[in-house]
Amino acid sequence: MKQIVVASGKGGTGKTSIVASFASLTKAVFTDCDVDAPNLHLILKPEIIEKIPYEGMEVAEINEEECIKCGACQKACRFGAIENFMVTEEKCEGCGVCMLVCPVNAIEMKKRVNGYVHVANTRFGEFVYGLLIPGEEASGKLVALVRQKAKEIAERKDKNLIIIDAPAGIGCPVIASLSGTDLAVIIAEPTMAAIHDMERILEVAEHFKVKAVVCINKYDINEEMTKKIEEYCRERGIEIIGKIPFNRKFTEAMVKGKNIVEYDKELADLMKEIWKKVEDMISQK
Amino acid sequence: MIITVASGKGGVGKTTVAVNLAIATGATIYDCDVEEPNANIFLKVNLQKIEDVFLMNPVFDLNKCTFCRECAEFCRYHAIAVLPSDILFFPELCSGCGGCKIVCKHDAIEEGKRKIGEIYHGKNEIEIYQGLLNIGEARATPVINQLKKHVDKKGIAILDAPPGNGCPAIETMHGSDFVILVTEPTPFGLHDLKIAVDIVRKFNIPFGVIINRYGIGDDSVEKYCNGEGIEILMKIPYSREIAELYSKGIPFVKEIKEWRKKFVELYEAIK
Ligand code: SF4
Ligand code: SF4
Repeated sequence: MKQIVVASGKGGTGKTSIVASFASLTKAVFTDCDVDAPNLHLILKPEIIEKIPYEGMEVAEINEEECIKCGACQKACRFGAIENFMVTEEKCEGCGVCMLVCPVNAIEMKKRVNGYVHVANTRFGEFVYGLLIPGEEASGKLVALVRQKAKEIAERKDKNLIIIDAPAGIGCPVIASLSGTDLAVIIAEPTMAAIHDMERILEVAEHFKVKAVVCINKYDINEEMTKKIEEYCRERGIEIIGKIPFNRKFTEAMVKGKNIVEYDKELADLMKEIWKKVEDMISQK
Repeated sequence: MIITVASGKGGVGKTTVAVNLAIATGATIYDCDVEEPNANIFLKVNLQKIEDVFLMNPVFDLNKCTFCRECAEFCRYHAIAVLPSDILFFPELCSGCGGCKIVCKHDAIEEGKRKIGEIYHGKNEIEIYQGLLNIGEARATPVINQLKKHVDKKGIAILDAPPGNGCPAIETMHGSDFVILVTEPTPFGLHDLKIAVDIVRKFNIPFGVIINRYGIGDDSVEKYCNGEGIEILMKIPYSREIAELYSKGIPFVKEIKEWRKKFVELYEAIK
């Protein structure tokens, strides 16, 4: 089984629109690992078959009646999560140190549901996506759960490909989306900010030994910058698998809840070419 | 006053708003998007590293260790595996909570520092602090936390938050006086805006919305804001000129004068 992750470092470069268009071009299990701001389901329009609650880290709770206000927990908590003998939940990392040091056992660690993994059917096939409850933590672990579910389904349905829509950034949920994949497709944009971010995500891919290729979106908004991306990639032997022009049809398609392959013939042909390259790359491996 | 500029969805113009607002008001900017800091691409300040960010990690003394497994059983992040005569430690999983050292009865654990990021500072017409997470590191929040220690409440502090609605974004907005949520008028923008609104409401922080690239997409964001009684602070129209300046890393208040005034008014309105 092969896994392809689509990432970008910077948000808003068109990652999800591109992943959505791949759904028309291949039979794969699709996943959205941008668990605190998922968007792919808005295009794929899933029919949810299963909603699995996800319990992330526990959170500390101080029993007011038993607390003798000695301050031991406050001193021991490295995350500044205890103030005035109360736990600030969104700062609590669930490490359990406060419970360990409390001399009167006034602290308990509570389980709670941080989010859900959705297993769904779409007009393109199976789709698994995570959704964190707003303000909850531990998204890396939820990503891992989404990927594990996707794998199970792929095995069951005899599909040999999983496509992962990764979140922006380079931190915990991105690492969880990227590690162990066979290919990272990095969506770049010819702006100074996006180039900077592309360089960082390429370094992350290299760090985790995942082969990366680049696709330049909205390449014609600044052709000079596009050249810079091309040069940067050429110097490092990173293949550019496609260049997509700026086109309002991408937004129009999104508003209509469609992917670009469904919406526009000409852009569909371009996406097919790009997909073909991706396919060739993973079958070579 | 501390103003956080955040956005559920990435790439909708958060940094653009933060930078333009800082230039128009002479505020200090804190780039809390430590995974992908971009503010200085627009400010072009000569940055100096002022601090390293460390996480405390356990260091095991195998001469004292009895391989009793207490530390591994305590660690909720599964960062320690105890073998019959060795210890495996996985630094990328460790939160630095220090619990293993406390539970160890044999005094076999000391703590050592592991560098996970850096803090930068610089100043020209604008003062900026920036955090940077090392490549391959998972935990952005300790870097944001340390960066925020430099926030000066007396002046105007603008915090450029990371995208999304996860812990790094929440860590950034914690303790702010006002949050500006930037979005774009598309279904993706609306979806992620709603999650962000849930969060700022949960934390009781006053907030308002800026719609960037106004004119693309549809009117669902406006309808949503009007329906929820959320103030739309500003609409920045989609224009080729603004997009091109952005791509070159030029803040548009510098080139299009009437916008400077609009950002000053924006600040007056939220103050
Ligand atoms: S569980 Fe850990 S992070 Fe949470 S309050 Fe206790 S010591 Fe702090
Ligand atoms: S410091 Fe905390 S997270 Fe790190 S290994 Fe020790 S118990 Fe685990």
